[in-house]
Amino acid sequence: MARQGKTIRLEAPFSEEKARELKSGDRVLLRGTVYTLRDAGHKRLVELLKRGEEPPFPIKDAVLYYVGPSPAKAGRPLGSAGPTTSYRMDPYTPYLIQRGLRGMIGKGRRGVDVIDSMKQHGAVYFAAIGGAGALISETIRAAEIVAWEDLGTEALRRLTVVDMPVTVVVDTEGRNLYEEGPAAWLSEHHD
Amino acid sequence: MSVREFDVSVLRDTVEEMCGRLACQLPGDIRRAVEQTLEREDGLTAREVLEDLLLNYDIAAKDHIPICQDTGMIVAFLDVGLDVHFTGDPYEAIHEGVRRGYSKHLLRMSVVKDPLRRVNTGDNTPAMVTTRLIPGDRVAVTLLAKGFGSENMSRLAMLVPADGEEGVRRFVIDTVAHAGPNACPPFVVGIGIGGTFDQVALAAKRALARPLTESNPDAYYAEMERSLFEEINRLGVGPQGFGGRGTALGVAIEVLPTHIAGLPVAVNINCHVARHYREVL
Repeated sequence: MARQGKTIRLEAPFSEEKARELKSGDRVLLRGTVYTLRDAGHKRLVELLKRGEEPPFPIKDAVLYYVGPSPAKAGRPLGSAGPTTSYRMDPYTPYLIQRGLRGMIGKGRRGVDVIDSMKQHGAVYFAAIGGAGALISETIRAAEIVAWEDLGTEALRRLTVVDMPVTVVVDTEGRNLYEEGPAAWLSEHHD
Repeated sequence: MSVREFDVSVLRDTVEEMCGRLACQLPGDIRRAVEQTLEREDGLTAREVLEDLLLNYDIAAKDHIPICQDTGMIVAFLDVGLDVHFTGDPYEAIHEGVRRGYSKHLLRMSVVKDPLRRVNTGDNTPAMVTTRLIPGDRVAVTLLAKGFGSENMSRLAMLVPADGEEGVRRFVIDTVAHAGPNACPPFVVGIGIGGTFDQVALAAKRALARPLTESNPDAYYAEMERSLFEEINRLGVGPQGFGGRGTALGVAIEVLPTHIAGLPVAVNINCHVARHYREVL
């Protein structure tokens, strides 16, 4: 990995206390269990919860990865597996955070309602590098479908990751790297 | 002038091979632009992101695994010589090439048959094909594997003549700033100016198919490409939107004549995985 400087190692799932220690801009190497879910899966999960049914995975303290992987080669758990754009999940996210969702991995901006909910309940939004699906795939050691196999690439999967590189974009105080990063660059380059 | 008989299986097999190449091997012009972006970048975070992107391209090429899991929707520009006679259906040949290529190379099937009912076609077809007749007896096929993170951040505006160059520039800059971290910067920015509502979008797409090593042949627009490139790279968005100089890898403008009452402009954003190849058959 071409990473330098201080890096935080974090095991998923993790507690609200751990979440509140993470700061916008931190580089994190994530290991443990994350669940994949994107557009169609979010719709199903929230519909199921609103009917009062049990979710197919424990939501409390869980980390969701917004990804629709490419098919696996023989002997590999998954194909290319970089993040998809997160805002499409915004309509569903506050509902999941209220139920204990602790972390999300995606790319791109989040809405105000999502960030308010993150501050209130202590959740963190990470970015993985968009368009680095081959590199990220190497950190995924196991993948199994948990539910909704009919959704194909959009199925709910349980991933075991080792040292998956992510960056804290929005922390539990609502600080946002997508605002502070460009602002810092502009203040250093006001030529 | 004799007519050239052209067996469409040649087109089919070419498309099949190109699909695998598009997904796993970044074109040389784009890779060089990412390397040049890294050379100009002085921030640690931005440099780390760009180094990871380059590492990712290497892994993808070495392991023949997609650079990005969104292996896109195939956009095909098919230029057909007037002296060509196809043996078979060239459109079906392109679709069959996509079908075979996406299956063989384990690419993601990302196409739904209907925009509202959303059932996946299961084979990444159909491709979006635009045909043009040209002199001669050759067939040229340009393919883009267009990802939708960046497609979703693209925009079209029907400006008025009074908006002029300044209005076009403002629309481009606003669109790129709005795309920001959502569309996986650094971007290739394809711009269409002129024509009609439909043709301006196609011009922007054609701009994305042009190698970054080429400028617009008209010096006025070549200068506009250069100055927009500089202006975009002063926005501060940077690689992945974390802050930095490298917001654009390149800017390409394609222009068309237009109506006395209009100034259409379209901005088609491509992420750094700007997959385009061309073959002449």
